Amino acid sequence: MKCRKCSQKTAFSGYCKKHFIEYFEKKVKNTIRKYNLIRENDKVLVAVSGGKDSTTTLYLMKKFYKNVKAIAIDEGIKGYRNYTLDDLKKFCKKHNINLRIVSFQKEFGKSLDTLVKKFNPCSICGTFRRYLLNKYSKGYDVLVTGHNLDDEAQSFLMNVLKNNLALSARLGPSTGIKKRKGFTQRVKPLYFMLEKEVMAYSVIMKLGIRFVECPYAKYSFRGKVRDFLNDYEEKNKGSKEKLVKMFVNMLPKLKKVYQGEVDYCPECGSASSKGICRTCLFIKKI
Amino acid sequence: MKIFIERDNKRVRMKFAGRASDLLKKIKINKETVLIIKNNELVDYDEMLSDNDDIKILSVVSGG
Repeated sequence: MKCRKCSQKTAFSGYCKKHFIEYFEKKVKNTIRKYNLIRENDKVLVAVSGGKDSTTTLYLMKKFYKNVKAIAIDEGIKGYRNYTLDDLKKFCKKHNINLRIVSFQKEFGKSLDTLVKKFNPCSICGTFRRYLLNKYSKGYDVLVTGHNLDDEAQSFLMNVLKNNLALSARLGPSTGIKKRKGFTQRVKPLYFMLEKEVMAYSVIMKLGIRFVECPYAKYSFRGKVRDFLNDYEEKNKGSKEKLVKMFVNMLPKLKKVYQGEVDYCPECGSASSKGICRTCLFIKKI
Repeated sequence: MKIFIERDNKRVRMKFAGRASDLLKKIKINKETVLIIKNNELVDYDEMLSDNDDIKILSVVSGG
């Protein structure tokens, strides 16, 4: 098969390598522009794990903007995070990017491998990661994450299945229900890119990412929703994109409805739906 | 055909010639979850594969 833009052989999605890269980067730039995610002189912090989504995001941010730094969280997952952090350190060295690594062990006194004996891994891990990213992104204009279209479709459907629309109101290309002083805005430039497109970009650009699976991923609700969406997409192409586009259209109304319900944790000041936030509750229990 | 399935870290040998998407159906892998590498080059799902190709099936799904 020939590329839809030239006579070269297709590499992915009907494009040759060169035109797929062009399509991908243009779509990411359009998302940034349309939702006003990042301005030219912003101080940009990219949250990275060493996986394909965040590494691709970091690569693009470094390509598009002048003032870019990276932060990674070391949760303490043996046989997983040590590998991805090694890859990440090499990547940042090669591309001359300042990387800061913050660990659960230093911040909370315990690694995730220890915490899982008492708590659901994904629940405490997600909560602590968000807390640390809030803490260490102060002073930056934006905190950029590698969330893609698949992640967003999964999050929205998970919230539907939990009957929790208020959680969905916090999603979107630019997260949160309302802006708050002291908290860095989170943005998702890969918002409209399919997970397999991100992977194809990282393979073509030889970003050097290997597949390592988190040992706790099998316990997650997200994993089940992801498998369901991929099975449905295989038979009904474009379903994930339709779901996210429909969600983005209703998002402004959703944010308005739930604007009044945002509260802040009396202990740490983070956004919290009711009183003391989940991070502070977990910290009291560990 | 030599096939490496990354997600299972498994190497298999089988007779196959045809489209990449048909190979995935045959080995029961959802094409939404993988990329196909033929002789070290990324190829589309409608790429024709022959029996002497070296195939890698890369997992798209994030590790967690």
